[in-house]
Amino acid sequence: MTTSFLRPLAACLLICFVAAKAATAPFEDTIAQRTQACTACHGPQGRAAPDGYYPRLAGKPAGYLYNQLINFRDGRRHYGLMTQLVEPLSDAYLLEIAQYFSALEVPYPPPLVATATAGVLAYGKRLVNQGDTARQLPACVQCHGTTLTGVAPHTPGLLGLPRDYLNAQLGAWKTGQRRAHAPDCMKVVVTRLRDEDINAISSWLASQPLPASAKPVAPALPALKDRTQAIACGSAPQADRP
Amino acid sequence: MNRRSKIIGSLASTLIGLTALVWFLNTRDEPELTLSITATATDSATTQRGAYLAKVGNCMACHTARGGASYAGGRGIVTPFGTVYTSNLTPDNATGIGTWSPAYFWRALHNGRSKDGRLLYPAFPYANYTQVTREDSDALFAHLKSLTPVAQDNHAHALRFPYQSQAALAVWRALYFKPGNYQTDATRSAPWNRGAYLVNGLGHCSACHAARNALGATDGLNLAGGLIPGQNWYAPSLTNPHEAGVADWSVQEIVQLLQNGISPRASVSGPMTEVVRGSTQYLSSQDLSAVAHFLKSLPDAAPLSSTKSSVTSSAITEMATSTSAPTGVAVRGAELYEQHCAQCHGDNGTGVPNAYPALAGNRAVLMSQTSNLVQIVLNGGFAPATLGNPRPFGMPPFVLKLDDTDIAAVLTHVRGSWGNRASAVSPLDVNRIRANQTP
Repeated sequence: MTTSFLRPLAACLLICFVAAKAATAPFEDTIAQRTQACTACHGPQGRAAPDGYYPRLAGKPAGYLYNQLINFRDGRRHYGLMTQLVEPLSDAYLLEIAQYFSALEVPYPPPLVATATAGVLAYGKRLVNQGDTARQLPACVQCHGTTLTGVAPHTPGLLGLPRDYLNAQLGAWKTGQRRAHAPDCMKVVVTRLRDEDINAISSWLASQPLPASAKPVAPALPALKDRTQAIACGSAPQADRP
Repeated sequence: MNRRSKIIGSLASTLIGLTALVWFLNTRDEPELTLSITATATDSATTQRGAYLAKVGNCMACHTARGGASYAGGRGIVTPFGTVYTSNLTPDNATGIGTWSPAYFWRALHNGRSKDGRLLYPAFPYANYTQVTREDSDALFAHLKSLTPVAQDNHAHALRFPYQSQAALAVWRALYFKPGNYQTDATRSAPWNRGAYLVNGLGHCSACHAARNALGATDGLNLAGGLIPGQNWYAPSLTNPHEAGVADWSVQEIVQLLQNGISPRASVSGPMTEVVRGSTQYLSSQDLSAVAHFLKSLPDAAPLSSTKSSVTSSAITEMATSTSAPTGVAVRGAELYEQHCAQCHGDNGTGVPNAYPALAGNRAVLMSQTSNLVQIVLNGGFAPATLGNPRPFGMPPFVLKLDDTDIAAVLTHVRGSWGNRASAVSPLDVNRIRANQTP
C-alpha cells in the first residue's frame, strides 16, 4: 500500500527534477555563451530588456554596435558598467561580439500604444520624414534609411526602441553626455532640436511598428533636400558625402 | 629679553636644521645633471628594449587618459589625498619630455624629482622605480623619445591641503622614501634575482599588493596584500597561502596566469585585468618564469593575518555547525545560487575549465576580505583578452538585479557550501561597496 503510493510520487519527483534540470542550458563553447554578460541586461539574444533602458542589440548594424563598444571604452559614452565590461577586451573581440549580435534575427515586439496627443505625433512624424529646412534640420530618414531600419554598416535603425530610451539618448547628446566619433554629426543635429521636437520625435518613433524587413538597408541614401547642408559624420563615413 | 631671543634663536636653528635635514634627505643620491651625456644609445635595439621595459612597467596604462593619445598623460589617479594626474611622456618640447635628457629622466625614476626640480607624488611609484638600473632607465627614455610628440598640457593635480604643498611632500619623502639600487642576492639564482628586480622595480607590484599607512606609504616591498586606495578592490597578499601566495603552484601555472589571465588554479579580475592586458601578457617567457621563481619563494610574511584567518575559519566552522539548520538566509542564498549562478558555476560550484572559475575551494571566494567578491557580483566582468585567451567569457553584473540582502545571502551560500568554510557576508558589507559605485 505504502509503496504503491510512493512509487508515483517518486516518479513524479524524478520527472520534475529532470524537467528542472533540462531548463538549465548545458555549457556550450559558443559566442552566445561567452556574451552572457551582455544578454543578462540586454535580454536573451540581445532582444532588449523590458525596462526600456537596455536597448536591443539584435539585428543592429555591426559597425554601429562596434562603434558604441569603442565609445564606452574611450569615454564618448558614459555608463560605468559598460565601460568596465568592455575595457579588458580587444578590438578584434569587440568586433566579433558586435557582428554576432548584428547577425541575430529576433522578432520585434509590437510597439507600445502612444500616449502623446495626435498633434504631437503628427509633428514628430513630419520632423522624422521631412525635417525642417528652415532650421537646417535634416530628416531622420536622411541618414537612418527611408524605412528607419538603419543603414549598414554604421547607422542604427530608430524603430523598436522605447520612447524613454530615445529621449534619454537625444537628451544625452544635447548635454554632451553621449558623443560619437568626431566630427559628431548627431551632435550637430541634436543641437538644432528643441525639447518639444525631441519629445515629438521619440513619441512618434516609439509608436511605429517595424516593416516586414527590419534589417538595415544597403548604403543608398535619399538625396539631400534643397538648401540642406551635408553634415560630416565621423562614425559613419559613408554618410559623409556632398 | 635676552632669554627670549635665545629661545627664538634655538627654535630658528632647530627649524633650519630640520629643513636642511629634509632637504638633504630629499636630494641624496641625485645624479650630476650638468654632465652632458653624449653616449646615449638611441639605436633600435635599445629603443626596442625600452619599449619592452615600458610594457613591464605598464607605463602607458596610467600615462594615457580614457580615449586620449597614448602616453600623453591626463589620467586621474584617485588617492585618499585627492587626485593626481599623470603627465605627458611623449617627446613634445612644450608639454612633454622633449627637452629632457637621460639624466633628468633617471632622476625622475630614481629620485622622484621632475626636470623643473618639483618633487613628484608617489602615485608615480618611484619607491619601486628607484630600483631600476641606469641602463634600463636610459633604454626606457630612448623608447619614449622615439614616440610621436603629442602637444597636451599636463592637468594640475587636485590634492587637498596640506598634501598639495611641496613642503609636505618633502617631509613625506624624508620619512618614507629612500633612493636605492637593486641589490643582487648572491645566495639566490639568476632567475630569482631577475624576478625580484622585475617585481620590486618596474613591475611595481607592491604599489597595489602592499598595505598603505595613513599617509599613503607602503610598508616597504612586502607584498602582503592591501586595499587599493579609492577602488574598493583588495590586492591579495602574494605571500599568504590563503590569499594569492603561489608557493605551492608550479612555475608553469604562474606563468600561465600572468600570460593568459586565466589558469587552472585562478583567474584574474578587477584591476589585475588591466595589468595582465597591458603588461604581463607581453613579458618574455624567460622573464615570466623569473617572476614565478621569485613569487614562489616569497615567505609567508603575514603570520598575523594567517593566524587571524585560521582563527576566523575555526570560528566559522563553529558558526556553520551551529547554524546548519536552514535559516531564511541560507534558503534564500541557495535559491539565488540555483537561479543566477549554477548555470555557469555548476550545481556544486565546480565551474567549467577555461571558462567559469570553480567556486568550491577557490581562494578568491574564501578570503576574509570580501570586497572583491562583492565587486565581481555587483559589476560582473570579463577576464582580460590576451593572446592565450583572446575571447574571454564574461560574468554579468547583478548590481541592478539583486539588492544588498540578496547578494549577501548568495555570497554567504557560496562561502559556506561544497566544503567552503568562510564567514558570512552581511548586507552592510555589500552596501559599503555599492555606495561607492559610479554607474
